[in-house]
Amino acid sequence: MTAMTVQKTPALSVDRLVKSFDVSAPWLNRVVERKPRQYLQAVSDISFEVPLGGCLSLVGESGCGKSTVARLVTGLYRANSGEMRFALGADGKPLSAQMIFQDPYASLNPRWRVKNIIAEPLRELKLRNSAAEINERVVELLKTVGLSASDGDKFPHEFSGGQRQRISIARALASEPRFLVCDEPTSALDVSVQAQVLNLMRRLQDEFGLTYLFISHDMSVVRHMSDRIAVMYLGRIVEEGDTEDLFAKPRHPYTQLLLETIPNVKHPHRDRIVAGGEVPSPLKPPSGCPFHPRCPIATARCSAELPPIRTLAGGTRVACHLVAE
Amino acid sequence: MTSDTSKPGAAQPTTMLQRARGSDVWWSFTHSKSAMIAATVLAVLILTAVFAPLIAPQNPYDAAQLDMWKAELPPVWQEGGEWPYLLGTDTQGRDMLSAILYGTRISIVIGLASVALSLLIGMTAGLVAGFFGGMIENVLMRIGDITLSMPTILIAILVSTVVRQLLPSELREIGASAVLILAISLSAWVQYARTVRAQTIVERNKEYVQAARLLKVPARRILAYHILPNTLTPVLVAATLNFGMAILTEATLSFLGIGMPPGQPSLGTLIRIGNQFLFSGSWWIVLFPVIQLCLLVVVVNILGDWLRDVLNPKLR
Repeated sequence: MTAMTVQKTPALSVDRLVKSFDVSAPWLNRVVERKPRQYLQAVSDISFEVPLGGCLSLVGESGCGKSTVARLVTGLYRANSGEMRFALGADGKPLSAQMIFQDPYASLNPRWRVKNIIAEPLRELKLRNSAAEINERVVELLKTVGLSASDGDKFPHEFSGGQRQRISIARALASEPRFLVCDEPTSALDVSVQAQVLNLMRRLQDEFGLTYLFISHDMSVVRHMSDRIAVMYLGRIVEEGDTEDLFAKPRHPYTQLLLETIPNVKHPHRDRIVAGGEVPSPLKPPSGCPFHPRCPIATARCSAELPPIRTLAGGTRVACHLVAE
Repeated sequence: MTSDTSKPGAAQPTTMLQRARGSDVWWSFTHSKSAMIAATVLAVLILTAVFAPLIAPQNPYDAAQLDMWKAELPPVWQEGGEWPYLLGTDTQGRDMLSAILYGTRISIVIGLASVALSLLIGMTAGLVAGFFGGMIENVLMRIGDITLSMPTILIAILVSTVVRQLLPSELREIGASAVLILAISLSAWVQYARTVRAQTIVERNKEYVQAARLLKVPARRILAYHILPNTLTPVLVAATLNFGMAILTEATLSFLGIGMPPGQPSLGTLIRIGNQFLFSGSWWIVLFPVIQLCLLVVVVNILGDWLRDVLNPKLR
């Protein structure tokens, strides 16, 4: 996926998206213990664009809000504020997003045969009418993801994690989407199987002109897949840039830290910068820059003032007071 | 959706039998002596009850067949016993064996019907409460809590008394079994509702349900095709055990005189009638219905326990 094939118009542009969850104790407990309502700010003020035919990756630690963004984009969650605009498809309607889920063991109904799982979108969206047409399409989709026609009669428990993820992909493809949200599709798989699934996804991207919003915490996977990367920390994007730029020249101290975590085969025992502390609780986010309690170069200004996200010369966007132009 | 096989989740009928034969459940059934014996006994009890009109020497509902001269005969192996009254007769001259077969029939029908009705109420409430949450969940589950805070038999008495009073007197005799079924169901649905609700909450958040929601599958279809089948296992076990409980509740109500009328006696009614003659020495009028009732409930419970062990891998 080179930058050449990626068109300028964004498939999806997200503007100042905010999502918080009400995590208050039950009413009775609040009254008895005199606790106020509590809100968890999962996504605060996020803006990004996914280029049509390209792949934007969201990376970050557990709990930074990546999966919430995925669910907002697909419409499983409703945002508190902010806007999402999908590009118009060939039929004049906005593109709709389908999703590939993280857990291959929970994403397929254990009581359905695989062919019925894959046929569900065809039936629900009335993409094929007769039983014969549906059957034909299911077989075609099974072959597309590298399974055989006879696998359709089996149940999900008869497959390995990687094969299940292929079934998930086939189901997502069945609805003929242009836009796929992939929520850590390989994090539950063995490394060898990860590569197979990732290569399948890239092949499908070329074949069907898919646009991906790819969510992961694995920097090597992300590098393999994406055109652009957005690094998230505590519900905010701290840095966003083209993949190779970001890997070659990470600006934000958090991005630098993340890149440090990638294992290096050539220098296995190199000295690493180790992140002190843990991700702060999103229930009580720190003042100023959310990263300042762990940042090796934080100043007094960082704990007082939230750094706005700025666009640098090369098109990289970064939210840090200390990054010079 | 032209043919039956195109329905989502529908299994092919030809392979279903093969699947059943090859399943774990069938394997452990053929390897469990107690389950096999219990199933055999239950099958015999059900078959004799179903075919009671063909097997029984007498129709106990037909007053013309009753012979007052043959009243209170002891069982045949006792002195004074007479064929064909194998287990003796009651004070009306009714053949006990026939009365028991017909009574078992009523007990089984009421047991099955009340389990079915309470399943319907409980599963609907559980699915709706678990899936939609919020206010509707609170209301449904609080009603359930209130129901649970009262003894089952008390609720059944309450319901049957109230409904009986509401019915016009000419319908009371005919409607007795319907009233019983309603009373038992309204006291037993909460267990299903709780089980199904808990399971629904687990399944609702699984990714395959989210995938269906992305396709804008309507909630009732998600509930029916995705969530419901995945909640059935614990419900099946509870329903089997509750079938025994329902028969007992029916017997208790009939024993207390607010169940089946003496004109169409269930096992409980027979026990109540027989109880009055225990001290006059006619023990067979009460003992045989009691044995039949115990046998029925015990085999159902053995099957229920076996099913629970088989379907819950953690107990193996």
